[in-house]
Amino acid sequence: MESSLCPKMCGVRAGRWATPGWWRGEEPCSSPPPGGADTEAVVTEQLPPQSEPRLTLHLLCLQLTLCLLCCLQLTMAKRLQAQRLDGIDYSPRVEFVQLASEEADVVNLGQGFPDFSPPEFAVEAFQHAVSGDFMLNQYTKAFGYPPLTKILASFFGKLLGQEIDPLKNVLVTVGAYGALFTAFQALVDEGDEVIIIEPFFDCYEPMTLMAGGRPVFVSLKPSPTQKGEPDSSSNWQLDPTELASKFTSRTKAFILNTPNNPLGKVFSKEELELVASLCQQHDVVCISDEVYQWMVFDGFQHISIASLPGMWERTLTIGSAGKTFSVTGWKVGWVLGPDSLMKHLRTVHQNSVYHCATQGQAAVAQSFEREQLHFGRPSSYFVQLPQYIQRCRDHMIQSLQSMGFRPVTPQGSYFLITDISDFKNKMPDLPGAADEPYDRRFVKWMIKNKGLVAIPMSIFFSLPHQKFFDHYIRFCFVKDESTLRAMDQKLQKWKAELTP
Amino acid sequence: MFLAWERLCTLSCRPKFLKTVWASKILGLSTSAGEDSNPGWGTKIPPATQHGKKMSLRFKNAKRIEGLDSNIWIEFTKLAADPSVVNLGQGLPDISPPVYVKEELSKIAAIDNLNQYTRGFGHPSLVKALSCLYEKFYHNKINPNEEILVTVGAYGSLFNAIQGLIDEGDEVIVIVPFFDCYESMVRMAGATPVFVPLRCKPVDGKKCSSSDWTLDPQELASKFNSKTKAIILNTPHNPLGKVYTKEELQVIADLCIKYDTLCISDEVYEWLVYTGNKHFKIATFPGMWERTITIGSAGKTFSVTGWKLGWSIGPKHLIKHLQTVQQNTVYTCATPLQEALAQAFWIDIKRMDDPECYFNSLPKELEVKRDRMVHLLESVGLKSIVPDGGYFIIADVSMLDVDLLDMKDSNEPYDYKFVKWMIKNKKLSAIPVSAFCNAETKSQFEKFVRFCFIKKDSTLDAAEEIIKAWSRQNS
Repeated sequence: MESSLCPKMCGVRAGRWATPGWWRGEEPCSSPPPGGADTEAVVTEQLPPQSEPRLTLHLLCLQLTLCLLCCLQLTMAKRLQAQRLDGIDYSPRVEFVQLASEEADVVNLGQGFPDFSPPEFAVEAFQHAVSGDFMLNQYTKAFGYPPLTKILASFFGKLLGQEIDPLKNVLVTVGAYGALFTAFQALVDEGDEVIIIEPFFDCYEPMTLMAGGRPVFVSLKPSPTQKGEPDSSSNWQLDPTELASKFTSRTKAFILNTPNNPLGKVFSKEELELVASLCQQHDVVCISDEVYQWMVFDGFQHISIASLPGMWERTLTIGSAGKTFSVTGWKVGWVLGPDSLMKHLRTVHQNSVYHCATQGQAAVAQSFEREQLHFGRPSSYFVQLPQYIQRCRDHMIQSLQSMGFRPVTPQGSYFLITDISDFKNKMPDLPGAADEPYDRRFVKWMIKNKGLVAIPMSIFFSLPHQKFFDHYIRFCFVKDESTLRAMDQKLQKWKAELTP
Repeated sequence: MFLAWERLCTLSCRPKFLKTVWASKILGLSTSAGEDSNPGWGTKIPPATQHGKKMSLRFKNAKRIEGLDSNIWIEFTKLAADPSVVNLGQGLPDISPPVYVKEELSKIAAIDNLNQYTRGFGHPSLVKALSCLYEKFYHNKINPNEEILVTVGAYGSLFNAIQGLIDEGDEVIVIVPFFDCYESMVRMAGATPVFVPLRCKPVDGKKCSSSDWTLDPQELASKFNSKTKAIILNTPHNPLGKVYTKEELQVIADLCIKYDTLCISDEVYEWLVYTGNKHFKIATFPGMWERTITIGSAGKTFSVTGWKLGWSIGPKHLIKHLQTVQQNTVYTCATPLQEALAQAFWIDIKRMDDPECYFNSLPKELEVKRDRMVHLLESVGLKSIVPDGGYFIIADVSMLDVDLLDMKDSNEPYDYKFVKWMIKNKKLSAIPVSAFCNAETKSQFEKFVRFCFIKKDSTLDAAEEIIKAWSRQNS
């Protein structure tokens, strides 16, 4: 009886008391209510089978009444999970990372982490932190271990040309990921618009949604290249008119990521100036994700938008120890910005994680102190690392090209994307769900059959645009020589299989 | 060379269709006809002005954090940071963690691949160790991947649970006094905290104990209704040190089942239970596993608060929502610390019945310190509430009758003023218990202050000297 009334037919959950155990996540109509439960039960009556005509009217009235009650229950219905999780539970990146970890004998060029050792001075710093003063095993200051906030303030103060107060302008977070979350939660309200440049590090969209914001996308688009000329990340540009049109009175924040993941684009001064002027004109906060700031090649220069005139007071600059010192597992990140914004991030921080782990922070502080002494010199890790990684990049580009891939040369970051159109043309029907973008099917096939892990590019685009970029995949080249050689072996084997 | 290279790149990569005039129009700047066709990116943009007036910054905080900016810990930790102050305030051990715990972390610091990302929902060896340990207490197997989540401290678990499961408009029952973040986290989720106080029913002649503080079952039941999404339970309790009995938990469990409510059980002090008491896990009660998230803490388990690792244990259909929060907040926790924690657990899991096991040795060590504090406070006429668990003790300071008239901020509750006065004049810090109360109940608890006793003997010696000297001054 109840099932015919149940709004399940409308695809909506039934009222809470219709079936206790709503928090089990069960379909409301799959289990009947327990007998004798003292709840505000929706009235369900077991009517004896009747066929007399006047009872048909009675039944109709009863049905309507019960329907009404059910609808009322619906408005009071208790969901299990919070609404803020709507649409953000599935993460393709998490799925692909998981997939890679499950397969044996694969060369993992997917997730962005180095598989070579961190620099010795960083390892030593961590060892010092864990074997020195035992009080480093206890809580430190909530907003950042003092020696770390001090060195971050002085180091970045010089870079940004700004007086940075370690207490007011610096917040240490659980990785740059934690910094992003804290920024979104502090500033983005229900209905606020957040401009996100595509392709984007995939967490920007769900973080916007979780804060009740509305993501507004603007795409980097490649200009056509000359025949035979390899594509470069610098060739991918925003249309200034289109960019300007995205700003409305509801725009609260603009997310900038330079160097960009996955493309590797390093935004030029002119591009940043245009973003800056639009942010100022529309009174928008700029959240600048600069985790790859040292990973810049070919003589390009990373510019922090916060260093441009009028931008410090409206910019949150996010950095990562993981990417800076090749220690992604330490999960130490930071935000730099004006006190007027930072105080709100501090409020979120003290109501979410409150403290970050002390010893990781101590190790990062010591590592920065070392780098400050070597800054600009050949001995600086910030000079040596990009030099090494550029060679990795070039090695990978060459290897991929020889296989018929068409990589896009990145100006920076850990990643490059490669065009797989030729493969798409030759093998269009790879196994996968009907609406699954080609690049995801290709990557799954490649992991299984060719032993190479990459990340499909479509996951870095908004849903409506994914189909336009499903002929690219992303590789991470920040890998040890041995990994790149293993990659070569896999590619050579693959090539051999292609030629008859 | 660099500049030439940059210019080359700019020239070759400029989209041909951009013109200065377009950029100018976008910004509402006037442009003269026939402006040169220098494409847009090269344009120098003047500072933002509109009608000659600089735009005001309207960076108001998001509504979710409105009113949540003040924090008792920030305030009082700052005051107690003076090295001459004997700090019995914040719950932070100044004793060393066990040697083998430090050794494990030291060993792990040398392992290369532990410097990179691990599994987002918990490092495999750690979730395996947690599953192994807690299966001994639960009546069911615990799936390490689906029923455990490793978080940034127990604080992070609370956050994940509340963000994942509590919605705007929900009600969450919070027992007073409460660890202060419960209220702010519930409010940040847009929900309403519904408070129910623990009330003292002392038995004449007997020393006042945390077990004298109980919930009135009828009063508790009256707080449940159809909007109640969850109740937050904390046992052993901070700040009282109460260890809920089986019967008390059964009352809560019955209500949770009756009203189909979730239970978020903060059990960070689970090992710190003193003679004559037993810690019960509400999730092991019939009908409770499927509706309970149980939270634990490495910091409190191994005296390593600075590792910031905690965990949530519960059924898959609840944990999966906490995992969703995790993948959209911090993504993963630090790898080397998780591995070290796993190794430390394996050492103690193998010797659970051994007095050397830290889960046994720490409460023994702390019981001595507890008794010392009780005796000390008693000796100077301060009535304390003997805690059955945890590492805090609260004492009634009203009988000291300290003159606080010169304290500013007379709006503050008595205990706030008292602690500030005590830090300044006696160089001894504590935490005011009304910080653990909502606005309406502050007055019921404002004569109590909380002392932390997970401190080395020399710290307790220093505290003893101060308190005894104070007492001599008064008499």
